[in-house]
Amino acid sequence: MATLAFIVADGVIYASWLFIVAVGMTLVYGVMRILNVAHGSLYALGAYTAATMVGVWFQRGYAPLGSFALLLVAALLVGVVMGLILELGLLQFLHGRDEVVVVLATYATFLILEDVIQLIWGVEARPAPQPYSLLGTTSVGPLLLNNYDLALIALALLVGGVGWWALTRTIAGKLLLAVIFDREMAEACGINVRRVFLVTFLIGSVLGALGGASTAPMISVSRGLGVDVIVLAFAVVVIGGLGSIPGALLGAAVIGLSRAAAVHLLPQAEVFAIYLIMTLVLIVRPYGLLGHERLRKV
Amino acid sequence: MRTATSTVGLLAMAIGVAALFLIGLPAPVASQAEKYRVGVVTLLAGPFAASIGVPAKNGAEMVAEAINNGTLPAPYATKGVGGRSLDLVLVDESTGTAKQVTEFRGLAERREVEAVVGYLVAGSCLAVAPVADELKMLTLLSTCSTPRIFEENDFKYVYRTSAHLTPDGVTAARYLLKRMPSVKTIAGLNWNMAYGQDAWRDFKLSVQALKPDVEAVNEQFTTFGGGQYGSEISALLARRPTVLHTAFAGGDFEAFVVQMTARGLHQNVQMVMTAGAGSMYRLLDKLPDGVIIEDRGPYSVFARPTPLGTWFRTTYEQRYGITPPYTAYHMGQALLALKIAGDKVARSGGGKPAPEEVGRALEQLKFDAFGTTVHMSRSRGHQAVTESAIGVYKFDKSKGAPTVVDVTYYPADCVNPPDGMKGEAWIKGGFKGARCD
Repeated sequence: MATLAFIVADGVIYASWLFIVAVGMTLVYGVMRILNVAHGSLYALGAYTAATMVGVWFQRGYAPLGSFALLLVAALLVGVVMGLILELGLLQFLHGRDEVVVVLATYATFLILEDVIQLIWGVEARPAPQPYSLLGTTSVGPLLLNNYDLALIALALLVGGVGWWALTRTIAGKLLLAVIFDREMAEACGINVRRVFLVTFLIGSVLGALGGASTAPMISVSRGLGVDVIVLAFAVVVIGGLGSIPGALLGAAVIGLSRAAAVHLLPQAEVFAIYLIMTLVLIVRPYGLLGHERLRKV
Repeated sequence: MRTATSTVGLLAMAIGVAALFLIGLPAPVASQAEKYRVGVVTLLAGPFAASIGVPAKNGAEMVAEAINNGTLPAPYATKGVGGRSLDLVLVDESTGTAKQVTEFRGLAERREVEAVVGYLVAGSCLAVAPVADELKMLTLLSTCSTPRIFEENDFKYVYRTSAHLTPDGVTAARYLLKRMPSVKTIAGLNWNMAYGQDAWRDFKLSVQALKPDVEAVNEQFTTFGGGQYGSEISALLARRPTVLHTAFAGGDFEAFVVQMTARGLHQNVQMVMTAGAGSMYRLLDKLPDGVIIEDRGPYSVFARPTPLGTWFRTTYEQRYGITPPYTAYHMGQALLALKIAGDKVARSGGGKPAPEEVGRALEQLKFDAFGTTVHMSRSRGHQAVTESAIGVYKFDKSKGAPTVVDVTYYPADCVNPPDGMKGEAWIKGGFKGARCD
């Protein structure tokens, strides 16, 4: 029973982190049909910026709890600036092109940004662990959980909740849904699809950077961060269904729980569990658990 | 009668002949013979560049400069290698194993190095070693922990000037059981690659060879660079082993320490961190007191304060602002071995030595390095052994600096398998032939 409680707790925590990391990627694909490999760079940039800002904050002896606000500021800063650069400087010229071409372009951008990160921050790791232990721990029966991890669950629920509300209860959200379902018809009805793309990409970029910023206190931020996470994010969105936000949530939950179960019950399987799940899902449902087959327009 | 035109013509012809003569002359021999070109391979990018890769480069550059200037402490104060200045050619090891073979060939065939020194990653070493023999390129592996290089192969042109991974696990087991003789259960959290698997295997087998009733209750192997260890920490909190072994290093080590200290794992479990000393200058008081810690040999905080050891540490700290990690020592040690062998060969004859000659001079070589003694006594003189060192981490609050206390040194013949014997078999056989006094 205690093992089951551990698996559920660990699985939900890991799933929350994965959802925050991956939701931006699936949102951008859903609206713009762009599989943004540079999403990993946005994550890394968010992590580096947050680690730098938190480091300076604590060096100057400011109020420790203020460092949490810095994580959000870092995410917004990176997301907006990089989102504008990428969308206006590259992606707007690729709209309507073959999806493979767009993937290659975003992959090239990812490689360039990896080197840009090294140019700015060098090869040194950037630890910023202070916020991670600020909130203390909570005992739940046999479980001793870090409250920062619990806060990540809250953040994931907030992101998911706000996203659902915005999409289903606001006019802007309904416009976005219209673009998702039929871009051409939406444009014919007078929706400014270009502006929708820009806003969507900015939101997706902020979410990617938020994933990195919220992870920074848990790790030692160093080169290669974006590479590791893009593979996981891809697995989440593929399992859930490309372009589906509820799918990203479900995909994150499936991966989180299966990984936690592997770690506790069969550690040897942990390394490949995620990819085994992805393979099995794609065999049974090639478009992901909540994805849909797209009709080809002639 | 000679006309002006014919005089000019003769002059032009003379100039032309002189130019052809000069072009045809071979380049001055001195400019080629002065330099001893050496390829230096280390991680210059990627997640481990900062913690181990760039320090290795720094160690190489620092020692090479001292060799060229003749400013190494005695008895190595002569200039150059066999009178020739070292000329280092840097190569990045982070580009993947397949690319390393291409780079190695490039060093040998295009850049005409006489020796290659370096390699931190086991995969790189295993890939380039056969190529070294094929191209007859003298290769000194500086770090490269895997025992398999010489346990499963017989290379003629490849040497390793530092100990491999097995002594780390044996040392940790001996030290742990001396401090905690009533250990009942152990667990492991390591990378799912040769380094991590070998490190855990050596530690677990050593503990069980010394105390057979010890049970391994949890063995986790994680993705290299994973960074998220919440589930692994929960599994350890649930199982509550007496001891946790990890050979994590760099960013993953630091992430694990941050995450496990936040949940108090270190308060219930004795940590044995065989590659953690390199991170203590970044973690400072975030690394909990009481952790048993090593640094892949008698280096860094464990280096003995000999004149050479003191010179290396002081010079490195002044130049680069941090205490040198083990990879800096490994690289310096490799270049020092090359100098000693190169000087030996130069004394006994003239001209540029063949790689076989320098290699033979390395075999069975015993020399004082930077804070330890290196003996090339295993695998027909191709594999080095050194003593090992281990201690307990303590953050000195009064100085605001990390320290290691209760340091113990183990002789080389106590923690290294005898010549001709594989590490795993030696451990399982109860460390036959080990000399620990």
